[in-house]
Amino acid sequence: MKPEELAELLKNTLGGLAKEVTLWKGYVEVLVDVDSVAAVASKLKELGFDHVKSVTASDYPKESKIRVTYHVSSYLREDLAKVILGLSVDLPRDNPVMESLTGVWRSSEFQEREVYEFFGVTFRGHPDLRPLLLIPELAEKKVLRKDFIVKEESIYEGVPHRYQ
Amino acid sequence: MKESPIGTSSGGALEGRRLEGMIVRKVERELYEVFIGPQHPGSGHMRIIVRLDGDVIVEADPDIGYVHRTMEKLSEVREWLKPIPLLERMTIIDACNVTLPYVNALEKLMDKSPPPRASYLRVLLCEINRIASHLYGMGIFGVFLGHSTIYMWAFGDREVFVELAEILTGARLTHTYPIPGGVRRDMPQDFPEMARRAVRYMRRRLEEYRKIFVDNPVIVKRLDGVGVISKSKAAELGIVGPNVRASGIKYDVRLVEPYEVYDELDFEIPVFEEGDSLARTWVRVEEIKQSLNIIEQAVEWLERHKGEHIIPVEDYNKLPKLHKEVYEKTGRVKLLPIHASMKIPPGKALARGEMGRGEIVYYVESDGGTTPYRVRVVTPSARNAMVFKYIIPGHRLMDLPAIYGSIDYFPPESDR
Amino acid sequence: MNSKAVDRVYVGNINVAARRARELLLGKLRLGDVIDWATTFSLWPVHLLTSCCGAEFAATWSPRFDAEQYGALPWVAPRQTNFIVIEGTVTRKMACALRITYEQMPHPKFVIAMGACALDGGLFYNSYNVVKPWEVVPVDVYIPGCPPPPEALARAIIDLRRRIKEKKLASRWLIEGWRHDRDPVKPVDDVCRWWRP
Repeated sequence: MKPEELAELLKNTLGGLAKEVTLWKGYVEVLVDVDSVAAVASKLKELGFDHVKSVTASDYPKESKIRVTYHVSSYLREDLAKVILGLSVDLPRDNPVMESLTGVWRSSEFQEREVYEFFGVTFRGHPDLRPLLLIPELAEKKVLRKDFIVKEESIYEGVPHRYQ
Repeated sequence: MKESPIGTSSGGALEGRRLEGMIVRKVERELYEVFIGPQHPGSGHMRIIVRLDGDVIVEADPDIGYVHRTMEKLSEVREWLKPIPLLERMTIIDACNVTLPYVNALEKLMDKSPPPRASYLRVLLCEINRIASHLYGMGIFGVFLGHSTIYMWAFGDREVFVELAEILTGARLTHTYPIPGGVRRDMPQDFPEMARRAVRYMRRRLEEYRKIFVDNPVIVKRLDGVGVISKSKAAELGIVGPNVRASGIKYDVRLVEPYEVYDELDFEIPVFEEGDSLARTWVRVEEIKQSLNIIEQAVEWLERHKGEHIIPVEDYNKLPKLHKEVYEKTGRVKLLPIHASMKIPPGKALARGEMGRGEIVYYVESDGGTTPYRVRVVTPSARNAMVFKYIIPGHRLMDLPAIYGSIDYFPPESDR
Repeated sequence: MNSKAVDRVYVGNINVAARRARELLLGKLRLGDVIDWATTFSLWPVHLLTSCCGAEFAATWSPRFDAEQYGALPWVAPRQTNFIVIEGTVTRKMACALRITYEQMPHPKFVIAMGACALDGGLFYNSYNVVKPWEVVPVDVYIPGCPPPPEALARAIIDLRRRIKEKKLASRWLIEGWRHDRDPVKPVDDVCRWWRP
């Protein structure tokens, strides 16, 4: 299945729930609302997407939002195995809370714990939400956000870091 | 004092035979907690918190993060080319396979593609690394089971391939071979003959491995029927690599979404149906055989097409005179000057590749600057960590090394 | 003893007596040289894999480089081994395991720090999760490289051996009860505070 066909299929099945469908290089991204994430995920699972490859979050301090993306694909269906779909949600930066999708896709359990400890996003309904990789003292600092600055020595000394 | 979820099995033996004055009391079983910690020959760089009821494991909780070296955060403050040696250290034994999808993602964003000779050189190094990684896995598996002969044999034979990689790239383990656009170095003149000798040697040795390890009755008794992952369970948990191919699902990134020149090469993907530890070991042994075939085909193509470029033509034209002379004479390109302060147009890209242990996924986001905005990497071992929580409970304690070694979990890769 | 004093008791200090016995046996009667010689030929490392240099640690005991010829056998229990090889980066979580393992080993014990990450952080120098190993355990030999080839690790074992023999580290440690040529290292803050509930 080609990415353009997948975009068509998504627009037909999801209808109004999909706010925006974009074709990036290597995956197709569909942006949904926070409240309808679980419903969209169930529909995608019925379509045939049965596992989550990666749960990732990006921090945009200027627009004060955090975007969480689930990249899903399929093992058991031949035509869907060749494409990757990205399910994106925009969350407000001060209070990022969303529904956990472990009820739909069990394979997102450990990766949601990672997003929890690195970005501070709380997943409601997660069976075991605690830090996976970091010690608790570092997990409180929400390390991967853009306001946690890691200084790097560089030959471009004196050039201000663009997130400061 | 928790009630054991398994249930008391001998409660009913004395039900109808109560004697005079006999006091019968119900005793609750206690769960015993064992930390199989970082300092243990059977644990690797992680801690497994195991709760036991007698000899049966009730719960196994992986406590990972002992080798977490913050690669994702550090990639955000370094320029585009510098994360390549950084990301290599995740799986240092498989270095070309780990960095190749990152370079592919950069090439997708820049709209560049490597010349064919560079693609074949990348595939050659990838397959050499895959064999070295599988032999490392088999050696460590032998240490877990107490079979130290296979540890010695596997590591000794692995040196053959590590030395081949050293002749090709200059370093034993940290190759840093793919760069955006091509590769760093060309193949020496006598390399094809050495590669063919190594392939012939390894084919003979695989027969001996089969006799001493895979068909060994003691090992078969320990591995047969242990840690069975059914097809639907494998798809539900999202397991990758040879583990999922041993459960009946024919999924390999080289087949599903071929990258580099894998669609022009002729090889098979071994698939087994049983899903137990023995099947996973068989898959790895068969994969080594297929990799040997790929190395032969790649070396033959490279011999026929001599004298082609290993970096794109537009990059070659922009090289200064001294670099051009070195490139003509020796075939090495140390650092292309345009890579020194490279800016990549804004966009998002996702690239994936097949490592020895499974599928690796890179998500790279750029906003037009000199450093990446976000690099997200999901390694195969990070996804295989689900096996600890869901497959191990129900087995006995000594099945834990048998299952752990067969899924080939590598903690530095999982912790990033 | 006097035949008249029947209710006199002689009390000695066991520690002082033991120390004089040790000085006599190990110093004057040269048993210390035998102990130094024996220690250098049986330096057994513990099975503690810290990071990715562990691949070269495993390769050093493989048939091509064979560090067992120097008398070094990787052993599983810290209570029965001599030295620790810190391979690679020590993260904050692993520093706790390292310190606990080091404290469990009986003295005389030694440490080799392997790799660029053990020198000063290496490639991950500005990471928030990396600890300098010489602030956790006292290190004897440093090996640069990323990763250092197995020949370098074998050379470091030989160098440690030469040091033990020249400065008589093992016998002096047994005589005096602590190491005579350097101060002990106490971690600045409790490396295991994240684990204690």
